[in-house]
Order: sequence, then structure tokens, then C-alpha cells
Amino acid sequence: MDALDNLGVWGSVLVALVWSALPVVFILLYALVTLYMEMKVAAHMQDRLAYMRTGWHGTLQPFADILKLLQKEDTISQAADKKLFILAPYVVFIGTYAAFSAIPFSSIYIGSNIDLGAFFVVAVSSLVVVGILMGGWASNNKWSIFGAMRSAAQMVSYEIPTALAILIAVMITGSLNLQEVTKFQEGGIHNWLIFGGPLPLTQKLLLIPFTLVTFLILFIASLAEVNRTPFDLPEAESELVQGFNTEYSGMRFAMFYLAEYANMFLVSGVAVALFLGGWSSPFGSFLSGPVWGLFWFIGKGMVLVFLQIWIRWTLPRLRVDQLMYISWKVLTPFMFACIFGVGLILVL
Amino acid sequence: MSAVKGYFHNIWLALSTVAIGMKITFKHLFVPAVTVQYPDVKMKLPDRARNRLYVNIDDCIGCDQCAMACPVDCITIETVKSTPDQDLGTTSTGHKKRLHVSVFDIDIAKCCYCALCVYPCPTECIVMTDVYEFSEFDRKNLIYNYSIMTPHEIDAAREKLKKAEEEAAAKKAAAAAAKAAPAPSAQTLAAPMTGGAVGTPTKTEGSNAAQSPKPTTPAPDSSGQTGNS
Repeated sequence: MDALDNLGVWGSVLVALVWSALPVVFILLYALVTLYMEMKVAAHMQDRLAYMRTGWHGTLQPFADILKLLQKEDTISQAADKKLFILAPYVVFIGTYAAFSAIPFSSIYIGSNIDLGAFFVVAVSSLVVVGILMGGWASNNKWSIFGAMRSAAQMVSYEIPTALAILIAVMITGSLNLQEVTKFQEGGIHNWLIFGGPLPLTQKLLLIPFTLVTFLILFIASLAEVNRTPFDLPEAESELVQGFNTEYSGMRFAMFYLAEYANMFLVSGVAVALFLGGWSSPFGSFLSGPVWGLFWFIGKGMVLVFLQIWIRWTLPRLRVDQLMYISWKVLTPFMFACIFGVGLILVL
Repeated sequence: MSAVKGYFHNIWLALSTVAIGMKITFKHLFVPAVTVQYPDVKMKLPDRARNRLYVNIDDCIGCDQCAMACPVDCITIETVKSTPDQDLGTTSTGHKKRLHVSVFDIDIAKCCYCALCVYPCPTECIVMTDVYEFSEFDRKNLIYNYSIMTPHEIDAAREKLKKAEEEAAAKKAAAAAAKAAPAPSAQTLAAPMTGGAVGTPTKTEGSNAAQSPKPTTPAPDSSGQTGNS
């Protein structure tokens, strides 16, 4: 960071632009990989093959898909609220992208090393709800508005267990800065917060059941936050056509799509940074360092993304009342119990 | 108490059944795919698969039994009688060929693949093959012309038949005249008789002329590039 001071105004502006554009580059590359992975995992779980004709085993298919989306006609229905309709995909994507700025990709790369990191991620990713509601309302379409309302209800409900789960990590580490939280967990797999963190042994052993449950709840709630199966009611293609993005086409649809995939990694990234040691190597100082840190962070994140895909192709969709039951009657009480337990252990 | 028990039981049930489901899907991730890469790899069809019809015209005796058996009338056969001095050879099953098969059209677009035409064929020359890729851009191309006779040959055969018939009629008339020389009205009696004996060719001749220019024949295993394009 010292080098930045010698660059002058324009130099530092350029560096800031490049620095802030890195997550976009990552999101685009990651979306290509995940698009491919999703289809391949889906197919092989159903004993099929998926793409086989575009390139070797269909590896060029994501590029073809994107090319198709780029070429598509951009339709806006006459009865739509044009301003909001156009704005919505950007709001959704900006909400996701802004949250990426607080994600510590590596010990030397974090978009913005702010002290309120975890809080910022929770707060700014709520912008996604606004965007989805905006898109659904502006479409002037019953499927869209149903999807958007479901989405809002769902995301607001599930933000509570998510925030409480993040609070557990904050309670143990004593910091909201995700970089600090990650540094707290350095030193190997046994120091990860999911296994109690680097605390004295008795405290650690007592914490392990609570942190395991917390991680599970964080994962379940994050699935609902990103509208993935089994919580994909906002999109529910069998009931609502495509939910809030029914009326969108071409690049606007692609923006929603990209934001959805970016969100998948975002929630995985938060879970990794908080509970799975972030960029720290699972083998202590072995294979650690800035570049390996990037590898570990993305690797762990992709494992969670794979888990999301795996669950998608295993479970059917929940009913609306079941969805609310899980959030308010199961996850939230369990989280309060965990907070009580963890607080008690930390005080003693 | 039971409500609390039920609550925790439900949670346990949900988690354990999700785990079971995920175990199954994970196992299937490594099960070889059942997909057949169709245009590259084709599944072997059963021995009695019914697909495109093929006619081995060399064996056809023009008996018209297949056309009569066809429930959708997709087979059109027209024949010209051979004259006694012609030898059309025998089929591979040993049947003697007596008719020129001037038209043998199958409209495969109409065909319902029932194979009812296959069974009556005395020489087993019409068969079902395992070719099923024969889509066409033009519906006319789905009318397969199996006859190998050129229009010229058909005309020649017809001329020859006509001549032979005339000769035969003349001979008969002469014989009848010789036989019943005293009776002058015998010639008029003989004319309808000859007409009845060779009555059928006159009927086919008319429709022959309309459909004759269709010379091509599809190969049994070709990709379907047939017809009068």
C-alpha cells in the first residue's frame, strides 16, 4: 500500500479502478465455470452427459450461451414501468458486486478493508431484494410480482438467521472485519471457527457443537438468500414461469443471471471467511501465502458452490408455509439458543 | 411434551432424509451416463424393426399383392405384359417373371410401417430395412420410384405388346374366319372375345402415360437422396 502514495492523483485513480474491477473479472470467469459445472453436475447426477458437441465435452457452451444472450432482442413490454424495469437488473448486480468489496480473497487482496466488513456485506446485499422487487413490480406481470413478493418475504425472513449466524463468528473473533476474522483462524484446519477457533481447549470443545450448528444454519439460510433450490420459490419455474425475471430478455436477463451466480459465491465466500478459515491454508503454514491464499479461498468457496448445486439437484422445492416455518420456527430459535450458548461459554 | 418431541423429530427427519437424498445423488454422479450420442453412435435396432421399405425390383414379379395389402394405399404398381417371345428371367426364389414392372412407387410419407405388404410377397422382394433417417425438405422426394425401366423401355415394351396382341388377334381372327368361313358374322363375334382376354393392359396404359417419367430408384441403405429432383 505504500507504493500507492507515490503514484499521484491519476495513478492512484487508475490503481483504484483496476483494484475495484478485479472482482468483476473474477465474477465473470467464475460465472462461466459455474454455468458449465451446474449443467454437468445436474446431468451426471441424472445419469446424462449434458453438453457434448460444443468443444471438448461441451466446454465452449457457456461462451455460446453468453453470445446468445448478448445477441437477443431487448424487449420491454408496453405496460411495464420502463425506468424501474431498466434499473432493476443494475440494482441487483450492484448490490451483489458491492458486497464483494468486503470479501477477503487473499491476505493481500480485499476490495475495501473496512472494519464493518461482515455488517456491510449483510447490509448491502439487501439491495438485491430491492432490485428484485423493483423488477417484479415494474414488469407489470402477475408472475413477476408473485415472484418478487415471495422473494422479498423469503429474503427478509432468512436474513435474520444469517445475521445471527454471522454474529456468532463476530462474538468469537471480536471483529467485524472479515480480514481480521480470517487472520484469527490462521494456523490450520483445527483453528477454523467451524471447529471452535484457536481458543483454549475446554472452551474450544464446548464451542464445537454450537459452531457446527451455526455453520449449518448459515449455509441453509444463505441458500434461501440466493433463491437456490430448495428455496427457489421466487423463480419457481413450474408455477411462476421464471418469477421476477419473466419479462426480461437478453442482457438484462443476463444481469440477473450473473447476479444470481455471483450471489452464490458471495454467500459461500462469507461462510468461508467466517467459518472455514478464509484464505488461510488448512495445513498451517504449509502452502500458505498470498497466491495460495487466493487458491484456498476460491477453492473453499467453490466447494460450497458445488454443495449448493448438489442440493439443487437433490431436493424438491419447499412450499411457502414450510419455508416460513423453517425460518421462523427452526432456524431463528436455534440461532438464539446458539448465541446464548456461545455467549455463556465465552464469558465463563 | 409430544409436541416438543414432534418438533425435534421433524428436524431430525428433515436432516436425515436430506442426507439420504444427497448420498443417492452423489452416487449417481459417478454412474456412467446412459446417453447414446445419437448421430455419432446409433443403437442397434431389433431384428424385426420396421422402418423404410425397400423393394428389390429384380425379384419383383409385379403381382400387385403388396399394393392390395397396403391399408393406406401407398404402393402404386403398374405392369406391362411381356410377349411370349421375351424371357424376363426368373427371380432369386425361382419364380418366372412374366410382367414388366413399369411403375413401382412407394409414397413413404403415407406409409404406416405396418409391414402388411411384406408378408404376402411371394418372392420376398419387398422388405423392411433398419434405415430410419430419410427426412426430406420436399414431400415429393418421399415418393420412392423403384422401377428401373426408363420411359423409353416402357414405351418399347408397350409397343411390342400391342404388336403382339394385334398379331395374336389377327391370327385368332384368321383362325376363326378359317373355322367358320361359311358364316360371315363370325368375325364380329370374335372381336369382343379378344378384347376380354387382353382387356387389362388397355386400362393401365392410360395412367402409365401420366406417371411414366420417374426413372430413379433409391438404394436400400442410402441416406434418402431419392426421387425425381
